[in-house]
Amino acid sequence: MEELPHPYEKFLRKDRIPHIWCEGCGNGIILNCFARALDELSVDLNKVVVVSGIGCIGRVSGYTNTDSFHTTHGRPIAFATGVKLANPELKVVVISGDGDLFAIGGNHFIHAARRNLDIPVICANNFIYGMTGGQSGSTTPLDTWTTTTPYGNIEQAFNLVHLAAACGAVYAARWTTLHTCWLTESIKKALQKEGFSFIEVVSQCPEIFGRYNKMETSLKMMQWFKDASEVQHFSDPAKAEITPHHIVVGEFVDIEKPSYGRLLREMKARVVEKK
Amino acid sequence: MTTISVEKSRVVRSGRRFMSGDIACAEGALAVGCRFFAGYPITPATEIAEHMARRLPEIGGVYIQMEDEIASMAAVIGASYVGVKAMTATSGPGFSLMMENIGLALMTETPCVIVNVMRGGPSTGQPTMPGQQDVMQARWGSHGDYEIIALAPSSVQEMFDLTVEAFNLAETYRVPVFVLADEIVGHMWERVTIPETESIKIVNRKKPRVPPSNEFAPFKPDQDLVPPMAVFGDGYRFHATGLTHDERGYPRTESAEAQTRLVQRLCNKIRKNVEKIIRVENIMLEDAEVAVVAYGIAARAALSAVRKARATGIKAGLLRPVTLWPFPEEQVAQVARRVKAIVVPEMNCGQIVREVERAAKETSVIFLSKLGEEPHKPDEILDAIRGVEK
Repeated sequence: MEELPHPYEKFLRKDRIPHIWCEGCGNGIILNCFARALDELSVDLNKVVVVSGIGCIGRVSGYTNTDSFHTTHGRPIAFATGVKLANPELKVVVISGDGDLFAIGGNHFIHAARRNLDIPVICANNFIYGMTGGQSGSTTPLDTWTTTTPYGNIEQAFNLVHLAAACGAVYAARWTTLHTCWLTESIKKALQKEGFSFIEVVSQCPEIFGRYNKMETSLKMMQWFKDASEVQHFSDPAKAEITPHHIVVGEFVDIEKPSYGRLLREMKARVVEKK
Repeated sequence: MTTISVEKSRVVRSGRRFMSGDIACAEGALAVGCRFFAGYPITPATEIAEHMARRLPEIGGVYIQMEDEIASMAAVIGASYVGVKAMTATSGPGFSLMMENIGLALMTETPCVIVNVMRGGPSTGQPTMPGQQDVMQARWGSHGDYEIIALAPSSVQEMFDLTVEAFNLAETYRVPVFVLADEIVGHMWERVTIPETESIKIVNRKKPRVPPSNEFAPFKPDQDLVPPMAVFGDGYRFHATGLTHDERGYPRTESAEAQTRLVQRLCNKIRKNVEKIIRVENIMLEDAEVAVVAYGIAARAALSAVRKARATGIKAGLLRPVTLWPFPEEQVAQVARRVKAIVVPEMNCGQIVREVERAAKETSVIFLSKLGEEPHKPDEILDAIRGVEK
């Protein structure tokens, strides 16, 4: 029987497949939506740079058939800043995890958003440190079990879309891995947007987060996403909660504001003219 | 890169000029082609950033003040990966924060320059006072095994010249290169002769000699152990990672062979080229009976002491390592075989002196420590020279 090529094969480094992700992990869905977005926009893959940090989704840069860089933990946005400013013609995309972007890398996120740097940031939020075996992080919901919260998590979790909005992102959306069409559309929007755009993807980690919190299969985790999700476009991101019973998804911010790249270009032109 | 064309004369400010070491450093970087600076304010290196913020936009470059030194170093690596010569400048506390991504630059073989205008440490220490306390940190500060290049300017002229050289070494060996200055050299104003554009030696990294393909190996070295460097956006679609990787750039996290092969090459590309990299200044050493080994600002007082000693009939000489790392072990060993003793003045509690002792073997080494505001006085070094002769 003839083997059919995968429709998004050209977006992947075939010699890197199979990937290292666990069965049922949401990362593959995110990568698939990203590939679909690139495909639908007919983006020149020679001009795309995928930058990731450390963690499970951090390996994504090794799988995309573009220029790619796997940075130190927490630093993909800072690295991407150098790439984007040194060659503004490149489409620089950061894809990383919640621990990487918001715990160790939180400072870089808030400042890139404030600067309105021209990059989309896609965050796989699985509520946990998967690569190191299941420790709690800055997005772990209250009362959940992780290997470092054996008596239940007593820390409040970040609301990532609220944080992005407060820091000045021109686009902020949240979807779950169940909302693949919405997610793809959001990635397309982010890729075309001038300035800093942010997409949070609530993603399942059945092997660790699910296993220890009574959702031991991908199906059960996605059932949670299905039952709890409610689309509330342009509702107050401060109220966009993620609880066992309610996950608020949608687009929360979509505004226009001069990007860092534009202001830099204009400033340089002014300076050269004056001289 | 969207570059704005400007006359070359606006880039290189040739001629005799009067400026501070920090500004000379920035001018040197611009002259050799640096077009990207990412940094964070810190005394006594801030003037480098300020000068770059003013000058880079004039010549089509980019200056950005990042949120911290961790981010600065990451952005520098990013800029270098799109083919732009990039640098940062800092002092002790910032140098500590940069160590993480200096390791990344080593592992991903990123040409870039890091200037550390050293002040008093540890911790916040003495921000406005000179020090030479970071020379071992420069050598060993990031985790893992590696070789590094560090240059030590001892004048404002050398802040210009050695910044040029640092970029050329970085581009030649695909490594981060340190300029280890100190507060005095950074803030001191002296006359500098900036060469004509044509007479400035400029080295650019090797580019791949093969067209993009699915088999492209971005970390496959040439004979000199240095891989040509592809640029993001040129169609090679290659991958780089801080993980141990193979020549394709792909992670090899469980292979002893891959780890040995990569880490040894990263060390060997420097070790096997030490003769080309190392530069020392030998002054009155031919017949010397006492040698002083000094670098940076301490070498200025040392030179004065050596001259004073000669004036009183003592055969003293000065060995000044311009390259601190790799350490000029062989050069020190040769001198050690000929002299009675070696005097090492340093503005720390004893760092390079350990290297000198190792190279000097049986020859006795006298260490002169200095901490705080004032550098060594020539007479203090002279007293030590006289002590040997007694």
